[in-house]
Amino acid sequence: MTNKEWPLWEVFIRAKQGLNHKHVGSLHAADQTMAIENARDVYTRRMEGVSIWVVESKYIHANEPSEQDALFDPANDKVYRHPTFYILPEELNHM
Amino acid sequence: MDQKEVLFDYILHLADNSMIIGQRNSEWCGHGPVLEQDIALTNIALDLIGEARSLYQYAAEIKGGNCTEDSLPFLRDIREFRNLLLVEQPNTDWAYTIVRQFFFDVFHYLVNKDILDNSNDLRLKEIAAKTIKESTYHLKWSSEWVIRLGDGTDISKLKMQTAVDDLWDFTGELFILSETEQKAMDLGFGADLKKAEQLWHEKVKEILNEACLTIPSTDFAQQGGKTGIHSEHFGYILAEMQFMQRAYPGLEW
Repeated sequence: MTNKEWPLWEVFIRAKQGLNHKHVGSLHAADQTMAIENARDVYTRRMEGVSIWVVESKYIHANEPSEQDALFDPANDKVYRHPTFYILPEELNHM
Repeated sequence: MDQKEVLFDYILHLADNSMIIGQRNSEWCGHGPVLEQDIALTNIALDLIGEARSLYQYAAEIKGGNCTEDSLPFLRDIREFRNLLLVEQPNTDWAYTIVRQFFFDVFHYLVNKDILDNSNDLRLKEIAAKTIKESTYHLKWSSEWVIRLGDGTDISKLKMQTAVDDLWDFTGELFILSETEQKAMDLGFGADLKKAEQLWHEKVKEILNEACLTIPSTDFAQQGGKTGIHSEHFGYILAEMQFMQRAYPGLEW
């Protein structure tokens, strides 16, 4: 008997129309159909969502944690990249 | 039986079907083959027990007196249960559980669809409207498992065909009308099982064909559940399901 583990999938749920899909966790499934059904059963039982995306975890590529300093530290002292030097009109509340 | 008694008995039949298969599925809780399917099947069990609850509430209102949504499932004896023999069959393994669920889901969907479209009982229609959404998903879920395992490996195919062959004997009963069902149909609130029978066979054939499984050729139909004659498994289900209320009458938590 073959005992193969099902591949791992990452699950993204949109909570409401208009919002973006958000990563909520992962699960195992044999294929995409089962992955969406499993996601429905595991992650939307309490009305968490109106739309599901799944993607096989192996297709998600991440940066190397060892490159942390080179990738992210240089942004640390570039305060001028934040648009804080503009005077905004009174009516603009959500910038 | 007067009209009220027919309605009461008919509701019990619908409620007991969902209650007992829900109870059977809940036996898988914590024992599912994988975490995701453990949750899926438990969700389905809860849907079905929830539906049974709505129906028991309705039945209890009709009966009146001391009758409640709890006394109906927890204090009736074996012969008073009206569920199909199919739903009380043991889980055995994942294949049996899936096939039992699939045969039931097709039936459950069609009965509720017909009640929703044609019944003259408003309350039954309202319950069916909620049930049909859940049932649609159950049917999709079980159909996909039938196809996946039937058209899977040699071992999964063998297990599925064995389950289909064994459970087939209990499917004839689905469409053999009890006195209650006949009267419920005549009175305009019960589902039309003649129409459902044809649609059931079409759907089952479609899915089993896709799953590369063979439909048994036997016409033999094991029957009795609808009138309270149950299989040897049923006492054990009630022993577990009713233990608390029998041992500690009136217990609440």
